[in-house]
Amino acid sequence: MQPRGKTRHLLTAAAVTLAALASVVLVWHLLTAVSGIISPARFPTPLEVGLAVRQIAFDGYSNGRLHEHVLRSVGLVTMGFVLASSVGVVLGLAMGASRTVEALVNPVFLLLRPIPPLAWIPLAIVWLGLGNGAKMMVIFFAAFVPSVINSYTGVRQIDKPIFEAAAMLDVRGWRYWREVLIPGALPSIFTGLRLSLQASWTTLVAAELVGAVAGLGQILNQAAQDIYPAMILVGMISVAVCGWFMTLGLVWLERAVMPWKPR
Amino acid sequence: MLQARLAPSRTAALSAAGAAAFLGLWSVAALAGITSRDFLPAPWDVAERFAQLVVEPFAGYTLLQHLLSSFQRFATGFVLAVVVGIPLGLLMAWFRWIDRIVSPAFDAVRFVAPIAWVPFAALWFGTGIGGPVLIIFMGAFPPVLINTYRGAKNVDRKYVEAAQMLGASHLRAMTQVLLPAAVPSIVAGLRISAGLGWQSLVGAELIVASSGVGYLMVKGQASVSTATVMSGMVAIGMVGIAIDVALRRVQQHIETRRGH
Repeated sequence: MQPRGKTRHLLTAAAVTLAALASVVLVWHLLTAVSGIISPARFPTPLEVGLAVRQIAFDGYSNGRLHEHVLRSVGLVTMGFVLASSVGVVLGLAMGASRTVEALVNPVFLLLRPIPPLAWIPLAIVWLGLGNGAKMMVIFFAAFVPSVINSYTGVRQIDKPIFEAAAMLDVRGWRYWREVLIPGALPSIFTGLRLSLQASWTTLVAAELVGAVAGLGQILNQAAQDIYPAMILVGMISVAVCGWFMTLGLVWLERAVMPWKPR
Repeated sequence: MLQARLAPSRTAALSAAGAAAFLGLWSVAALAGITSRDFLPAPWDVAERFAQLVVEPFAGYTLLQHLLSSFQRFATGFVLAVVVGIPLGLLMAWFRWIDRIVSPAFDAVRFVAPIAWVPFAALWFGTGIGGPVLIIFMGAFPPVLINTYRGAKNVDRKYVEAAQMLGASHLRAMTQVLLPAAVPSIVAGLRISAGLGWQSLVGAELIVASSGVGYLMVKGQASVSTATVMSGMVAIGMVGIAIDVALRRVQQHIETRRGH
């Protein structure tokens, strides 16, 4: 009985969502295309957005078709994020585990920490130009700080008896990291990774807005220059959808890595 | 076992060693002559440039004037986020139907990075103050709303029921029951939101502005003056810290008054 009830529940939810979406589009259409309360020069009509989607998906816009822009941006973020967070998590764990490392690294870290990720963009452009290298540098700094901080606090929040048990059982070396530090810090590590991912995505879009050959930020930039409101909206929606999917991917990873965590 | 606390003198020595290593490597790289000093300035070049920017105008204004115009934009956007976010959060926590209408729209908009509003900001406001304010608002608004809502939702049912039984109006229930109970959560949200707002401001100024620290950095970038760009980064970092310290003071004040 239960699965059927669940299916019905899902169907109802889907119907409600669809109806809500349809009414939003209807109101939007009425406000822009029919009554003109919102001028089409400032905000596009649903039809214009549909046409813009078709244009970018099939003919391409601003040096590429939609999937090419998406792949480029998502690929860059994934690479930068994986690189920065793996360095960041290891450093954060080391700082948490060893007070010597903490004291050594802390001053440099305190210097870098207050600089907002977006503020690295001009420096990256001066040093590396408008290519992928500059994007990677910017993503690196955006993703690095949250993953260090949260891995560090993750280790420091592990209950003291766990350390005592580990000491009593003489767990050390690689086993100590694998069986004590990492599992204990994992929930906090993932909080950090989520923040890192968000920061890298925002920063990449900003960096592409400032200057790039292709990518979602470049769509936004080009559409702003062409005064093409429908394409601006398409760009924004693509940014949001990609960000959402990447966050979902991380949530999935978190569940796979921590099966013991209650949902 | 987690390493025992180090003696303060040892911590200080290690920290000094870490800082010295960082600055030393940086200086050596700058002096080695691999690239020009404009491209990679030494730490003291940046300090010198910073001091110079404080006195001499660059990109139209001195550093302090740039900071002031950045801060004004930030304050406008932040205050707007607070003025809209707190009442809306309370309304959503009190009236379920408002929650049902606003939540999906809010969730959809929240996934749009604040910086992605730049094209519309330019289209709607040109180069006026509205553009950057919109972007700061988009960065600062979500944490205020979310924390107000969560704080108000976590109010002990007893108080809500007592207020309802005593015949409190909707407005009184929201301002005298939900709001006071949500204050700690709201203040925590304000700190996050100020941080995000300040970050978004910098992004906005890189693109749509003709004054402000972000603009100063863009101009420095255009003239390949790394020292100027780095001075801008230092200034942004310092103001960011100052804002956070001020809000942390407020938070501690409230917490002590409430006897935590």
